[in-house]
Amino acid sequence: MEIAVISGKGGTGKSSLTAAFASIIEKVVLVDADVDAANLYLIFNPLHEEEMVYIGGEKANIEYNICANCGACISYCRFDAIKVLNNKVTILEDFCDGCKLCMRVCPMDAIFMVENNKSRFYVGQFKYGKMVYGRLAPGEENSGKMVTLVRDKAHQVAKQTNIKDILIDGPPGIGCPLIASISGVDKVVIITEPTMSGLHDLKRCIEVVNKFNINPLVIINKFDLNEELTETVKNYCKEVGIIVSGVIPFDNIIVDAMIDCKSVIEYAPESEITKIIKQIFANIYDKQD
Amino acid sequence: MNKIPQIKIAIASGKGGTGKTFVSTNLFYTLYKKGNKVTLIDCDAEEPNAKLFFEYNFVKDINVFQKNPVIDVSKCTFCGKCHEYCNYNSIFILPNMNVIKVIEDLCHGCGACKVACKFDAITEKDFSLGKVNHYKINDNAHIVEACLNVGISSPVPVIKRALKEGSKTDNIILLDSPPGTSCPFIQTSLGADYILLVTEPTPFGLSDLKQAIATLKILHKPFGVVINRSGIGNSDVKDYLEKENIQILLDIPFDRDIASIYSKGNILAKERLKWFDKFSYLFDLINNSYGNSSN
Repeated sequence: MEIAVISGKGGTGKSSLTAAFASIIEKVVLVDADVDAANLYLIFNPLHEEEMVYIGGEKANIEYNICANCGACISYCRFDAIKVLNNKVTILEDFCDGCKLCMRVCPMDAIFMVENNKSRFYVGQFKYGKMVYGRLAPGEENSGKMVTLVRDKAHQVAKQTNIKDILIDGPPGIGCPLIASISGVDKVVIITEPTMSGLHDLKRCIEVVNKFNINPLVIINKFDLNEELTETVKNYCKEVGIIVSGVIPFDNIIVDAMIDCKSVIEYAPESEITKIIKQIFANIYDKQD
Repeated sequence: MNKIPQIKIAIASGKGGTGKTFVSTNLFYTLYKKGNKVTLIDCDAEEPNAKLFFEYNFVKDINVFQKNPVIDVSKCTFCGKCHEYCNYNSIFILPNMNVIKVIEDLCHGCGACKVACKFDAITEKDFSLGKVNHYKINDNAHIVEACLNVGISSPVPVIKRALKEGSKTDNIILLDSPPGTSCPFIQTSLGADYILLVTEPTPFGLSDLKQAIATLKILHKPFGVVINRSGIGNSDVKDYLEKENIQILLDIPFDRDIASIYSKGNILAKERLKWFDKFSYLFDLINNSYGNSSN
């Protein structure tokens, strides 16, 4: 089974809970699809087995020995990435979308493309199976393409190793990386929290997930920080026909576990919170659509 | 003459959920209560929620479009030139079967296919990406919000437009940044005079903070750090900042009272006066060094 854990809003406890789920499954291909802020490796410290280069698009560059400074490219660029600075036609790298149009229209053939090749993705071994995760180089475009690559790799690894469960720690937000994380999975679990912002983001998140004809399951984390809002979230889910798989109280032990580089299941196996998380995961895992 | 903002401060973090919106909305409230003219631009286009903390009046909205191609099959010769020019694989073509289609989800609206077509078979239409919403709290305080349509891939064009609309002012500008350190974060940071990074004292917080700092160093932007939920976790973040000689501008403890105020959509600086003074001091610290009046 392939399960994606997502949240819309950041900081709801998505990665900590994904780590806990991995410890419960015990044999899993774990995917960190939050390539912009990959964190799961901090808990499980995987042993690298394979490193791959991710080409995240291209950027235009000018060969100034050839450039006639005519500026023909400027009006074609729809990303405002070409400007005249100090009387010189200049490409603003941070704005360049890599569409190549300037290269194609340049009468002097003075523009060439350079690949963004600083990002990497990895396959590693950890105690519960394999881990696949990406590391986007600072400032590179998070297009969802890397998420797709990381997931493809995970499928390949699962097949090779005969591991039947894939668990994805998804990215925040509702854009391309999120869409790439949930398309085609068996189950989507949304981790939310009882705050006004959490509820607002949950609604947008559900809207995206519904576009894929997936009925997500919801977990309300830190529910006791505002029990009134927890009720509001529950009622909202009921209204739109979404199952709340469980609620988890706020507990410092989750952070303590992170500092000890363990999932909370490993760190405090006898604790109340471990029991709660195990029960919730059983609900999710056994639930057939 | 063009108006120039007094100072533009981006509130950012690598990791999501560390309290960017919490810090932005509290600074915003504190500044307008003190009589400053201030605009908060919510750049978290995927999940904008700064306005939820205030009572506001809707002023206007601006639709943000990109130009997507429309192919006139009667003029198309299926030569495949547009497909070749498209660097996003968004034109699907089967020449032998006279099939050609635009895959709108992949299109970036760059216009290359239109330039490629020698048969005038490609025109363009507006394709909606999202909106820039303008709200007013009072005469001195405005919120400009980038809001991406559900199902659209890239928030960057909507963020850029919000930055442009929100910056036509001589107000103080606060930018509530999107999480992460990729394109949306860069677009927001580029326009700012100063970046306030919000982090939490956990291993995840530290790891993402380091990545955000690495990016800001490439951009040559001045920055400082706010530690939120201080008291949970460990001292690694503080040790790291001390070693790197990076200033901690504000330390906000983890406290159920604060968490509860935030969760209800209330403003800490409004509910607890002590925090009004702290946020006020935080702004002065930054403005005295980096404000446009100090130059």
